[in-house]
Amino acid sequence: MSPREPSIPASWELVVGLEVHVELATATKLFCGCANRFGDEPNTNVCPVCLGLPGSLPVVNARAVELAVRLGRALGCGVETSAFARKNYFYPDMPKNYQITQYDRPTNSDGRLELPDGSVVGIERAHIEEDTGKTTHMGSGGRIHDAVYSLVDYNRAGVPLVEIVTRPDIRTVEQARACAGELRAVMTAIGASDARMEEGSMRVDANVSVRPAGSGELRTRCEVKNLNSLRSLGRAVAYEARRHVGLWEAGERPRQETRHWDESGGRTISGRSKEEVEDYRYFTDPDLVPLTVDGAAVAEVDAALPELPAARRAGLAAAGVAAEAAALVVERGQDGLVLAAVAAGADPGLTVTRVVNDLALDDWSQVTPEGLAALAGMERAGKLSATQSKQVLAEMAATGGDPAAVAQRLGFKAMAEADLEAAVDEVIAAHPGEWARFCAGEGDDRKKMAGFLTGRVMRATRGRADGAAVNRLLTNRAIRP
Amino acid sequence: MTALAVAEAVAAGERSARSVLEEHLDRIAGREPEIHAFNWVMAAEARAAAAEIDAAVARGEAPGPLAGVPVAVKDNLCTRDAPTTCSSRILEGWRPPYDATAVQRLRAAGAVIVGKTNLDEFAMGSSTEGSAFGPTRNPHDPSRVPGGSSGGSAAAVAAGFAPLALGSDTGGSVRQPAALCGVVGLKPTYGSVSRYGLVAFASSLDQIGPIAASVADAAALFRVISGPDPLDSTCFDPAALAAGNPTAEGQNGEDRPGVPEGVEGLRIGVLAELCGGLAGNGPGVEGVAADVAARTDEAVTALEAAGAAVEAVSVPSVRLGLSAYYLIAPAEASSNLARYDGVRYGLRVEGATAAEMNVNTRTAGFGAEVKRRIMLGTYVLSAGYYDAFYAKALRARALIRRELDEAYERFDLLVCPTAPTTAFELGAKTADLLSMYLNDVCTIPSNLAGHPAISVPFGAGDDGLPVGVQVMGPAGAEHPAGRSPLWRAAAALERAAAP
Repeated sequence: MSPREPSIPASWELVVGLEVHVELATATKLFCGCANRFGDEPNTNVCPVCLGLPGSLPVVNARAVELAVRLGRALGCGVETSAFARKNYFYPDMPKNYQITQYDRPTNSDGRLELPDGSVVGIERAHIEEDTGKTTHMGSGGRIHDAVYSLVDYNRAGVPLVEIVTRPDIRTVEQARACAGELRAVMTAIGASDARMEEGSMRVDANVSVRPAGSGELRTRCEVKNLNSLRSLGRAVAYEARRHVGLWEAGERPRQETRHWDESGGRTISGRSKEEVEDYRYFTDPDLVPLTVDGAAVAEVDAALPELPAARRAGLAAAGVAAEAAALVVERGQDGLVLAAVAAGADPGLTVTRVVNDLALDDWSQVTPEGLAALAGMERAGKLSATQSKQVLAEMAATGGDPAAVAQRLGFKAMAEADLEAAVDEVIAAHPGEWARFCAGEGDDRKKMAGFLTGRVMRATRGRADGAAVNRLLTNRAIRP
Repeated sequence: MTALAVAEAVAAGERSARSVLEEHLDRIAGREPEIHAFNWVMAAEARAAAAEIDAAVARGEAPGPLAGVPVAVKDNLCTRDAPTTCSSRILEGWRPPYDATAVQRLRAAGAVIVGKTNLDEFAMGSSTEGSAFGPTRNPHDPSRVPGGSSGGSAAAVAAGFAPLALGSDTGGSVRQPAALCGVVGLKPTYGSVSRYGLVAFASSLDQIGPIAASVADAAALFRVISGPDPLDSTCFDPAALAAGNPTAEGQNGEDRPGVPEGVEGLRIGVLAELCGGLAGNGPGVEGVAADVAARTDEAVTALEAAGAAVEAVSVPSVRLGLSAYYLIAPAEASSNLARYDGVRYGLRVEGATAAEMNVNTRTAGFGAEVKRRIMLGTYVLSAGYYDAFYAKALRARALIRRELDEAYERFDLLVCPTAPTTAFELGAKTADLLSMYLNDVCTIPSNLAGHPAISVPFGAGDDGLPVGVQVMGPAGAEHPAGRSPLWRAAAALERAAAP
């Protein structure tokens, strides 16, 4: 049973496929020696080839092919002899007015991607192509002449891309987000791309349609562009799904078109599409020879592939880490640390909670698995409160060191039971109203009062108290005052 | 004086590159106003280059195999020190920031580039009347065309403006003007010469080729410009050619200029379909004139007399060549010429939007023939027409290559006329495009197959104008330069034609 999208009526099924462009992390561009670097002064990383000057010719970058094959193999694709084709259309940021891409002979085809929830999305192909330049449209800005013009930066022209096309296997908004997230995780894990959506090094388009639940047909789809984050992707797919259901239920039908996501308006906008489908007049690029990647080269790529996110999540699950936390830890690349800490005897749940919630994302290289395991052990044994444990971890990340030593340096030691009881009693005495509501309360109100009283105890002890211990004491007092 | 003789004299210090250059510049000054071989004469740059050669000789340095030899370069080859226009308004005034690989190799060999020669706009034509800057005239008879599209280069050599010239050949654009101007022209195997810096017309067919007054000079120029280039993926290393060419001489004397004699034992096929009167093997293509057929016949007789085994051979698919060519070449051109949009370089005619500016620029910048081919090419690549036209043309191309390769299992070389007629009057064919296109009927098969072919002057037509005979060979047959059977047959024809 495939999952069902909860935001549309149960009589409808959502059908989504993604087209994901990722910039390959090469030093130079796909067909010339210019630097492949984001953020440089406009039009400084250019040459006759990537400017498409008359007489210039492309020569393919072997490193880009290697990364593309690595990506394909990570997605379980077959690698075939491939060829470059020209996609012809006019646009000012495209120097030759054709894009060199792959058409009927892609480098990678027929793969699969396993998502964190265990579902599988088919990969139709992952082909190599060149990026275009970047156009910035300059508005009128209230000047007398109202001159509207465009600036073009060709630094991006010729940057190597892989376009990954999934099969329309996605059935929920959450799966769409997870699929893009998983592709990003794979990309970074194998070093093929930094896959940053906000910088445009990963760009996601979604093909969205709906169909009556249980039917196998594919209805008219819309391609949604301008999705700059996983959040936008989710919102746009959900919006488009509702729009399609609304149209079909009103007896109308969606038009096949490109639509742009309007983030501030929370809606998709028709992309001025014409009735006819654009004709790109693809043909084999005569300037380039077929790309043959032999079996030995593929085997070499396979041997060098690191463990992929799905396998790493499985490893965490086997070590007792919950699925959601495991996905997060893998995405952050902290799974090695967690696994080693668990192997060193740490409680998996507590360890992963600390890592997910409290370990700095940018610099945690000084935290050792043994240190992390020891920390979890101290917290578990009640030698450190949760608040103290977090502070110790932050200090360990900043300066390294053993948690016991850090705790001592920070003046942390577990409160004596008697001191804790005294603190609890003081808070009860100071807040008789809340205490009464706690004792009498049911459900939510009792929880609310528990939170209030625990907070007061934490404040009074400056975080030295262990929250779980405070809760236990409050409960005991309420039963046996 | 031949190019080889000039290079030898300059290297030996017997003549200065400067004096050689001035002699040629004088000739240019005398006749160029009438001929219009050049879009741009590079007198100042050439004098500076010649002075450098003379200085190198004075220092006792080896000045290169083409030391001090003036060379005319077709104006679709990029040159750092001169505009490159393709004889099109759309590129008027554009100066490339780089040299074509072939041009770079010329300079490294000590050659002196004297100017950029006229052509049919973007090399699309067979008479050089398609130039946006006015036609070139045939030095043998200025009322006649020099052929095309490398008409400026062929006329420059024929007029003595330069002993050597570079042309480009997509469907016959080196060989046909060479034939009409009475000089030698080679279309190398596809990939023999780097296309880097050659402004593309039809990328799968384009090859740069040498034009010279003699077979030996053409070989010398070819030797300089050929060879692998990391900037062109389709370029090959002749050293990697299979030990093929069993009758080719060894590498001994590879650097010795000149072409060895002898065609004895070579098996030469007379390509019936392209030889009109020689038929007996079914109909030939239309339009091969009787005088041209007669000269070809005499050339064949001469080769036989020199010891070659000659036999008629039929390659039926070459009849499809012209049709296939006029689908494939425009298709590629429609894509190659898309970059002339007014955005980055060359002509710009403003418009209200970027798209309107593109249209205005291309409408004003391209001539009629270029527009015609862009439209034709766009059409044949379009959805719904691709299979009926472009894909079918690719199949015809594969068939021609296969049938020619089969013929080369029995023959070392094939012979036929280069062009169906001698040079025609200016304006004679501009109104009748099919008759213009038919000029390339004999040369196109080599381009489609990617094979080498050379045109050698052989006598004159009834009008007294030069006739060219074409020797075709299998892929790689022009290697080693100057020594392989292709060159030996060309040299044999040259000797037989000598008065």
